[in-house]
Amino acid sequence: MEETIKFQLNGKKTEALIDPGQTLLWVLRNHFGLTGTKFGCGMGFCGSCTVLIDNEPVRSCQLSVGEAAGKNIVTIEGLSSDGKLHPVQKAFVEHDSLQCGYCTPGMIMNATGLLLKNPSPTVEEIKKGMEDNYCRCGAHKRIIEAVQTASKDMKGGK
Amino acid sequence: MKKDIIKTDGSSDNTERHGIPRRDFFKILGSGIIIFFHPWGVLDAFGMPAEQERSLPTDYNAFLKIDEDGTVRCFTGKIEMGQGVITSLAQEMADALNAPLENVRMVMGDTDLCPWDAGTWGSLTTRAFGPHMLAAAAEARGVLMDLASAHLGIPVSQLEAKDGVITDTKNVKNSVSYAQLTKGKRIEKFLDVKPLPEDYTKFTYIGKSFNHSDAVAKVTGQAKYTGDLKLPGMLFARILRPPSHGAKMTSVDYSEAEKIAGVKVIRDGNMIAVLSENHDKADIAISKIKAEYSFNEMPVNNKTMFDWYLKANPRSEVIRSDGDLEKGRQLSDKTFESEFHDPYLAHSPIETHTALAQLEGDKMTVWASTQSPFGLKDSLIRELGFAADKVRVITPFVGGGFGGKAPSQQGLEAAKLAKLTGKPVMVVWTRDEEFFYDTFHPAGVIQIKTGIDRNGFIKFWDYNIYASGTRGSETTYNVENARITHHTTGRSDPSVHPFATGAWRAPNNNTNTFAREVQIDMMASAAGIDPLEFRLKNLKDVHIIDCLKEVAGKFGYVPGKLPSGRGIGIACGADAGAWVAHMAEVKVDKNTGKVQVVRIACAQDMGLCVNPEGATIQMEGCLTMGLGYTFSEEIIFEGGNIKDRGFDTYEIPKFSWLPKIDTVILNRMNQPPQGGGEPAIIAVGAVIANAIYDATGARLLTMPFTPARVLEALKKV
Repeated sequence: MEETIKFQLNGKKTEALIDPGQTLLWVLRNHFGLTGTKFGCGMGFCGSCTVLIDNEPVRSCQLSVGEAAGKNIVTIEGLSSDGKLHPVQKAFVEHDSLQCGYCTPGMIMNATGLLLKNPSPTVEEIKKGMEDNYCRCGAHKRIIEAVQTASKDMKGGK
Repeated sequence: MKKDIIKTDGSSDNTERHGIPRRDFFKILGSGIIIFFHPWGVLDAFGMPAEQERSLPTDYNAFLKIDEDGTVRCFTGKIEMGQGVITSLAQEMADALNAPLENVRMVMGDTDLCPWDAGTWGSLTTRAFGPHMLAAAAEARGVLMDLASAHLGIPVSQLEAKDGVITDTKNVKNSVSYAQLTKGKRIEKFLDVKPLPEDYTKFTYIGKSFNHSDAVAKVTGQAKYTGDLKLPGMLFARILRPPSHGAKMTSVDYSEAEKIAGVKVIRDGNMIAVLSENHDKADIAISKIKAEYSFNEMPVNNKTMFDWYLKANPRSEVIRSDGDLEKGRQLSDKTFESEFHDPYLAHSPIETHTALAQLEGDKMTVWASTQSPFGLKDSLIRELGFAADKVRVITPFVGGGFGGKAPSQQGLEAAKLAKLTGKPVMVVWTRDEEFFYDTFHPAGVIQIKTGIDRNGFIKFWDYNIYASGTRGSETTYNVENARITHHTTGRSDPSVHPFATGAWRAPNNNTNTFAREVQIDMMASAAGIDPLEFRLKNLKDVHIIDCLKEVAGKFGYVPGKLPSGRGIGIACGADAGAWVAHMAEVKVDKNTGKVQVVRIACAQDMGLCVNPEGATIQMEGCLTMGLGYTFSEEIIFEGGNIKDRGFDTYEIPKFSWLPKIDTVILNRMNQPPQGGGEPAIIAVGAVIANAIYDATGARLLTMPFTPARVLEALKKV
């Protein structure tokens, strides 16, 4: 049964008349057209569907839209503001931390969540925090470098 | 500029090319200058899937166009899947045309706009396509120079082209831009271009590093992949799949699926699909279908497969035969016999096979994540009976391919369902489907017999490949008495493989380099010679020798006899026209069998490197991806039943696996460019196997080196 679900989406109060049992990933992609959040495995293993919910990285393929009611959802499209890249996005560009780019939004959202919780992670902490986001092209080295750079940039009083 | 260019203006248009008819070019693309060219090297059949072998078009195969506003566009059937050619090809174009890089646009993988191309694989784009594109761009510049000469009333010899502007060298105020020259012009040139060696050092962009030009679009989520497209009324489709390869459906009941509101069930022959505007509903509906199957499977699994290949009694082909093996054996002081095993591997791109199809009137358009838009177009013509000019395939950004998206079954499925429903249909393979229908890297067995004399020189080399392929099976080392025999191919009929196999990043070279380089290490160890010295004394290929010396310097290699206990390995090889040498250091936990790579270094001679940044990224990608086939990746199966259907059991490289990575690209500005997307992956298995031996004295002959296999090998020390 459809019902009205309300939440904060990329900084805006949002509501949708929708079946609350639907997968958040497909609601974001099809209902809201936010296709930056990717489908990779649908099982919560790969992390390409990662979004922030109340500043926590969450696998949107493993959550129903009903479970997100009342919460603050940020997708890759909501990360940059006023056309200015978020420090994590900027660092990914600077370090060329991507190849095919398909896992990139999930990587960036997960890294952002990681830095919100731990603004100065060590390399080991970055590896641990990013461990369950998969990249097949092998951009791992540069992703770690980007997270280090973003960490410095964000502390720099952005 | 030294070029051998034969102009064939007004060449005939009698081709089986399926793109825009030439007479319509200006109508569709606007006025300007168009240079048609035909990079024959790209069309060489190497790497081409069997089903795509066809008579090649006799017409042009690519073209570039200078628009009235000075924008330079290159139309090519190649696609961008992360390898970075969208950036590096633009660099080459800008240089040869003396145009600003920001004015260059690549138009890729659209079968209506771009001329025919077999597909994007084999690290061919830069080495085979690039030189022809450079020559065509040079010709375009010649046209512009002639136009400028007429416009300014100055001889061409007195003109200079830079940043899209042609200037009188004697009066710099006297100049004209490409945009001005192109305005209102409709010039077409048709070339048979035979590029000659270039002096690449004179270029502005080539040889310099540029970041991915598509990076901002990709970090903001704006880059469109096939699955990101949406059309009005679009239906998501899920298709009923058999439980295993070779299974045949004997009964089916889809009444429960039909009861779900907003779901349509389609049956067409053996294909049963559920469609809904709502993705979740299609997922639920497919799970409600009950079907029974009969099974007829090959009696082989991932444990018995190596014996199965050896007993398959395959057709054998000797691909190298030199000297006399028996004589070589008599000259040998020590002989070595080994057998190496390599399993099936999945491609596992993070974007699964995806396609969107729309039938408008009688024209079918399919957007697909594919490495071969023209291959998909051919199969749409063949399988669904569309006329060539009634099918268009468009390739948005592709989320990884690695060879696995050369076949594009999902495009056929979407088109078939769009035709049956009359609505746009999106097919997004699940991860399960991606594993099940993957064309795996073929498993195989390599048997090698070799011998060395008292001085550590290799005297004979008897190399046998079973079930897998020949790429990278060259002897590499200097051996007079040598034979290489290939016992069946994956594509032979009947195949020894219970499911489809195909090209997986540097197809088969990972297997062959693993076998060869471990065999070399065994001989170096038995000879009591440092493994670097052993290689250098048995090699004569200067490219590999240079790579070995370079990597040794970068790594800070200190010679030692095997096994030294330090955990340092060496391996080298050649792929896609390039040469590589690797060194690695590992730590082995003898209690758990777990291996951690501490650092890995790779030196690569790839001829001219167009974009060092892009090439370095490809090398890092190869070294990282290579850790997967080295440590964890192997398809578990029973007959046609693929047991690995997700990342829960099929483990790909993760952040914690990452060693320190060092890469060196040898400066070869005066050499033609070679492939860069694959070479650095070929020796990852070998260098780590050799490092494990150096650490522990344990020889690993079967990939991947799981903790269980490492413990097993340690027991034999």
